[in-house]
Parts: sequence; structure tokens; C-alpha cells
Amino acid sequence: MEVAYIIETLIKIVVILLVFSALAGLGTYFERKILAFMQRRLGPMHVGPYGLLQVAADGIKLFTKEDIVPTNAVGPIFKIAPVITAATAFMAAAAIPFLPQFTLPFTDYVVHPIVADVNIGILYVLGVMAVGFYGPLLGSLASSNKFALISAARAASVFISYEVITGLSLLAPLMMVGSFSLIDFNNYQAGGIGDWIIWSQPVAFLLFWIAAFAETGRTPFHLVANDHEIIDGFGTEYSGMRWGLFFIGEYANMFFISFVIVLLFLGGFGDGSVLGAFAFLGKMAFFFFFFLWTRAAWPDIRPDQLMWLCWKVLMPIALINVVITGFVMMF
Amino acid sequence: MSLEEFENRNVSEGAYYKVDIADYPETGWDKAKQVFSRAIKGELFVGLGVVMREMLKFDIHTVKYPLEKLPIGPRYRAVHEMQRLWESGTERCIGCGLCEKICISDCIRMDTKIDENSRKQVTEYTINLGRCIFCGYCAEVCPELAIVHGGRYENTSEQRAHYTNYEDMLTPFDMALKGQVPEYPGFGAVTPHEDERVKSTPLAY
Ligand code: SF4
Ligand code: SF4
Repeated sequence: MEVAYIIETLIKIVVILLVFSALAGLGTYFERKILAFMQRRLGPMHVGPYGLLQVAADGIKLFTKEDIVPTNAVGPIFKIAPVITAATAFMAAAAIPFLPQFTLPFTDYVVHPIVADVNIGILYVLGVMAVGFYGPLLGSLASSNKFALISAARAASVFISYEVITGLSLLAPLMMVGSFSLIDFNNYQAGGIGDWIIWSQPVAFLLFWIAAFAETGRTPFHLVANDHEIIDGFGTEYSGMRWGLFFIGEYANMFFISFVIVLLFLGGFGDGSVLGAFAFLGKMAFFFFFFLWTRAAWPDIRPDQLMWLCWKVLMPIALINVVITGFVMMF
Repeated sequence: MSLEEFENRNVSEGAYYKVDIADYPETGWDKAKQVFSRAIKGELFVGLGVVMREMLKFDIHTVKYPLEKLPIGPRYRAVHEMQRLWESGTERCIGCGLCEKICISDCIRMDTKIDENSRKQVTEYTINLGRCIFCGYCAEVCPELAIVHGGRYENTSEQRAHYTNYEDMLTPFDMALKGQVPEYPGFGAVTPHEDERVKSTPLAY
């Protein structure tokens, strides 16, 4: 039993790592294609059919490029920072159920597609994702570049702003469900579309969604690495695979936060049927697509505007939401 | 456009108008109101709608350049071409030297001799395309419509000498023999309806 459990967990870890590394690569392909279509371009077309192998070409390029550590950079920190981003992104995936549980065909072995159903699941996911912000922060402070330094300051300001919203907006649904486990969240909403938390907590859903844009650093809160203002921010001095790790971390994060939004507010995989599993992936795909959609349509805002928005507008709304939820639950 | 309008040199008159920009909000409450009015007016969603509409219309404007090329205007002035006569296929250039004379960047060099039929024959003819500014004077001045501007705008070479090659510019002889030298419509050719526009020269001044 114990051995089987360890083997199963190891297999799950490897599968998640492989699938989401590949998906992160494909995510860049989807992003380029969708942005191109929205801007009436074709996007990558030359490598492979419809440019599908562009990801492989990029991978080869990133792997084989020279790894440069600038003269004045703080070597060890500079080198470890991208690893923090990528590793924390994948560590966060440990508490996310990616599919409903299913029985292996021809056996009666039940597989739970979640690495560890810890009872503080959502706290763990958000906490580890927040640790991921150390990647850009340390990387930019260590790389001795003025644009990276601005990026570090922005990373800190974005970080203290959106974390408040994520936490406070989640409080209200947490009070209703009474558990931190994402599986419990899913089971709470298993009764069908009418049971989805988005209907009882629309404000919390919107706030969490807005904060997710800051969390993943996507337009309109793409401040930390805003190309047209501060080159690539924390990534300015990075090259080759280290820069690639930042990228993988960012895109994996986008997938994971999309899973989390669906699990928290949109019913997750429902009752666990095959249909529910597909609906789960479909809903996740919509949120991933929305990240790309906004990038084509919306401008970026300034860091002070983001802080103003988070602290002075969204935080009071979140607090009022918590209070109202409390009163409704009490009476 | 009336004559007065046409002769009015003061172009800014009536052409500019002030854009209606509201004052910047002063207090925090005003700022919040601005944010909400902008968010609720749905400007953000208009933006989302526009890009989604363009994606669904799928009206792609990409030209995959080395594989596809946009058509180029007939009067575009790119690398010169030397034309041949229609039927005989002999070179049109009579070695008059007008193009060499008029070239403002001095990049045409030619050498001529009298051949066995007592006609002037061009022995050397080079255009240094590294200096040419593609002004079109040479094509304009040529009395024989021999030198014209073609549409070849992609020039790459490892050798500067390749940019001067007369043989490259000359219409290939076998093409001329097969009667494949079309009347040239581009820069340097006679404009259409030239016959109707020619006026008889008055004899008395
Ligand atoms: S185009 Fe102008 S610069 Fe070029 S060869 Fe003719 S006359 Fe000279
Ligand atoms: S002007 Fe025409 S005919 Fe005279 S030398 Fe030049 S190309 Fe030949």
C-alpha cells in the first residue's frame, strides 16, 4: 500500500511536470497565434504546419544559447531566481485537482489526479504562488541593471497590493464552504450550475479574477516586465535557459490560476463524470484565453494606479463583501 | 476647392479644433467616480469586442514576403533594364551618351566604337547602382527608350561589381528572339495616348 502510494505520487508528479512544461510552451504558441489573429496577422507560420513546431525551435534556441551572468550581478542569487519562479509555479500545482478521480481501466485502482489533497489546499496554492514573486524580485535586484531595479520596485508594490485582494476576496467563499481544500470546494458545488459559488459570491469572483491578473503579471497589470517601459524588467539581463525558466513559470502560473478560479467559483469538475471533466478543462481554457484576449485589447495601467485600485477601491469592496456574507450567514 | 481656399496659404486656419477633454479629477472621490463611470460605460468591453470581431472575421493582411509579393506600381523606379528591339532583337541603345551626360550622380559609364556596319556600338556600359539615386533622369532622356526602370527591388550581392553589370540589365537575347519582349509600360516608356497629345509645331514664331 505504502509503496504503491509513493509510486503513484511520483508518477503523478512526473506527469504534471511534463504536461505543464509542454503546455507552457504551447501556451506561448497560442498566445502568439491568438494575438496575431486579433491584430489581423498570421503569427508563426514557417516552422512546421501552421507554425506548430515554433515551440520546439524556441526551446532549442533557449537551451543552446550562452548563459551570461553580468559582471556586477550577484552571481548565486542571479542564478537561483528563475528556478524559484518555475519551481514555485509547479509546487503550487501539488494541491490542485486537475481531473475528477477515476478508476484505472481493467483494474479497480482508483486514481486521484491531485498530488496531495492537503486540508489547507487553497492557502498552500496561493502561498506558494506568492513565493514565486521572489523570482522576479531577487532576479532583478541581483542583476545590477537600472531597468531591472525599477522592475523590482514594481514587483514589490504589485505584490503588496494584489495579495490583499486575493486573500480578502476568498474569505467570503471560504466562510460558506468551511474548508480550505479545493476538493471540498468542488464537492460544495457538485450539484450543478445552480450551485456554483459565482452566483452567491459574484463580487468575490470578480475581485479574485482581477487579482489573478496581477498575480500572473498579465495585461492590464503587466507592470513588472512591461516591454515598452522597462525593456523586460527583471528579465533584461537574463539569457538562454534562465530566461526560459521565467517564461515557463509565468505560463504555468497562468494555467494553474485558471484551474483555481474554475475550482473555486465555477463548479470545478462537478459531479466527477466524464462530461464534468471536459467541462472543467473547457472552463479552464476560457480563463486562459481571457488572459490572451485582454492582452490584445487593453492598455497597461501605471503602478500607482494599480496600488490605488487595489487598496482604495477593491479592498473596501472585498471587506464589505465579507461583512455582508457574514451577516447573511448569521441570520 | 474654390480659388480663395486654394490661395489661402494659412493652412492652420479652420483646420484645427480643440479636443473636448474634461479636467483631471482632483479629489479621491472624483477619481473613483471617473473609474466607475469608465468601467460601467463599458469601454473595456468595447475593446474586447473589437479584437474578438477581428479574430472571427479572420481578414488577415499578412503577406508572407519572400514567398508572396505585393504587386508594384508600373512607374516604380527600381533597377534599370536595357531593352531590345521587338523584331530584330538588337540592342536599342545607340550609344548617344545622353544618359551618361544627364546622370546627376555620375554613375553611368559607357564606351562606344564604330562597328563594321558603320553604326555606333556600345562596348562598355555600366551603372554603379551603389551610387545611383534612382532619379529616373536617364530613362527620361533616352531617345530610343533603351534604358528604362524595371521593378526589381531586391538587390543583394557579395560583390560591388555585381551592381554594375550591363548583361544583367539587358533583356536576354533568346527572349528577344522568341518575341517575348513586351512593350514596356514602366518608367521611361512613352505615356499612353501620346499620339493624341502631340501638337503640331507652329511654323511662324
Ligand atoms: S536613375 Fe538617375 S542617378 Fe541613376 S543612373 Fe539614371 S540618371 Fe543616374
Ligand atoms: S540615352 Fe539611351 S540610347 Fe543614349 S546611350 Fe543612354 S541608353 Fe543608349
